[in-house]
Amino acid sequence: MKQVSSHPATPAVSLRGIAKSFNDVTALSDLDVEAPDGQITVLLGPNGAGKTTAIRIVTGAMSTEAGTVRTLGLDPEVDGEEVRHACGVVSAKPALYDRLTGNENLRYAAELNSVAKNIIDDRIWAAAGRFGIEHALNSQVGGYSTGMKTRLALARSVLHEPTLLLFDEPTSGLDPESAQAVLQLIRDMTSDGHTVVMCTHHLVEAEGLADHVVVLDSGTDLVAGPPGKLIRRFWPNDSVEIAVEGDRSIEDVALLDGVIRTEPSKNGVRVILENPGVTPDVVKALVRSGHRIEMVNPHEPTLEELYFAVRKSARDLGESARADAVAR
Amino acid sequence: MNWSRTMTVARTDVKQLVLAKDFWLPMSILGSIFFIIVPLILLLSITSLGDVAAVQNIADTLEILPQKAQDQIKGDTPQGRTSYALAVFLFAPMAVVVPLTISTAVGAASLVGERARGTGEFLAHSPAATKEIYLGKLLASLLPDYFTTMVGFTCYSLIVGPDVGGWFFPTTQWWLLMLFVLPGFMVIGLSLVLRLSGKVKSTAAAQQASGLITLPLIAISYAQASGAIYGTAGTTIIIGAITWAIGLTSTWRGMSSVKRQRLLGVADGV
Repeated sequence: MKQVSSHPATPAVSLRGIAKSFNDVTALSDLDVEAPDGQITVLLGPNGAGKTTAIRIVTGAMSTEAGTVRTLGLDPEVDGEEVRHACGVVSAKPALYDRLTGNENLRYAAELNSVAKNIIDDRIWAAAGRFGIEHALNSQVGGYSTGMKTRLALARSVLHEPTLLLFDEPTSGLDPESAQAVLQLIRDMTSDGHTVVMCTHHLVEAEGLADHVVVLDSGTDLVAGPPGKLIRRFWPNDSVEIAVEGDRSIEDVALLDGVIRTEPSKNGVRVILENPGVTPDVVKALVRSGHRIEMVNPHEPTLEELYFAVRKSARDLGESARADAVAR
Repeated sequence: MNWSRTMTVARTDVKQLVLAKDFWLPMSILGSIFFIIVPLILLLSITSLGDVAAVQNIADTLEILPQKAQDQIKGDTPQGRTSYALAVFLFAPMAVVVPLTISTAVGAASLVGERARGTGEFLAHSPAATKEIYLGKLLASLLPDYFTTMVGFTCYSLIVGPDVGGWFFPTTQWWLLMLFVLPGFMVIGLSLVLRLSGKVKSTAAAQQASGLITLPLIAISYAQASGAIYGTAGTTIIIGAITWAIGLTSTWRGMSSVKRQRLLGVADGV
């Protein structure tokens, strides 16, 4: 059996120029994804963006029509068994056998992954204990709640101690408490040295969890990188959101030194600054001109804002490309 | 090819079948009808009819059987000879109908069922090769059906035997049929049904299409089973060898026909 790569410089997952279609429908087109080793990479995108297809290609469960796939340094088309053995997958539906007990589901996975017979029981109890499902191991899975099924699917994914964990919408169908618990468990896994690739369209989930994000749309990647860097790329300047009493305009603060521009925001006006140190001067100027200030809030763009900004930018680019094509 | 994984797939599928009361209850009823109820009613009717024209006509018809088969028919009275002939030559080959019917139902649901339940995703991401999955599913369909058949046939022998004149049943050819020819037919049927199961969109479609395959197969196997019993042990061995050759070829081709992404339900043309 080939050894999977764990060299820190080698990404755990590398998809380059991937294309895949189903009959006439293009699922992926020139997709590039890199998931750094030992980090949580979140694939963000709307339904139909190609997230699930990308996960399936990573393990070799699905073949590609073009492009190069490397999972832990191996080609899943050639070394499928080794790749799949090194991966733990939780799909959007938990994919459990309802008639079997939790224990039997885990045992089945352990045996398919060639876990040595003498340690299977220990592994089952350890994995079940880690995800708080050990009390239900002897019950039929058909009677489990959605949250319990997700926990069991998570336990099954780590049973054979894989290097790479692939989670496709792991919190789908869960109540907020269960979803938070599952996300915390995922967070804990990277501290054990696992590499996690997770798909979601819930931006709040990705916030604070992702070390690396890839925004997908219509089967291709729009941007990729650490969230902080991406945010800085889209919003290179600091900004504060300011709200004042009454309906007097404060947009003339744009004329102050150190202020780049202003733009309307949800609660008032967003003031884009050359640096955060300008904020007291802006506040002083507003007070001097008779405004009563209700709120001054340093604005930290969220992943959600980044996501929408990226998609808007892609749409604008698409429209201008279409306009160019029409003009030509 | 990892046999341990193949057996794991087979064992887990069998376990699920055993737990599926909604599956084995109707199948047990089907087996009881073919192996016990129908033969018993007919044989009891014949033995209790007395010396009537109908029994005499059947007894006369036995004269057209091959001499070797006629030699095998035991019994001194027309009723006895008629009961024996019906039990051995008419009903016993029914034993091929039951396993083929059951295996069609089990096999048809196996691969497409994984896809319908979403568990195909788990198998597709597992290290198990598609050949191992296919073979595991084939064994999981074959073994319970064969077991059901053997149990059913044992019941048939115990119940029918005394009625047709004692413990002279089953015959040598019948043992060859059950232990050698019949499994071969089941392998042919299942290998085809599993290939279908891996290609169609729903369990219902798989069962419909499987029916089209297995009906002619049942007819052929019934004819061959009758022929095997009428003929010599040599004939039965030849029929069995041909059946196994076809069955193994079909299985080999079937092992290569299952595509991993078909387990996900998104293969081209599906």
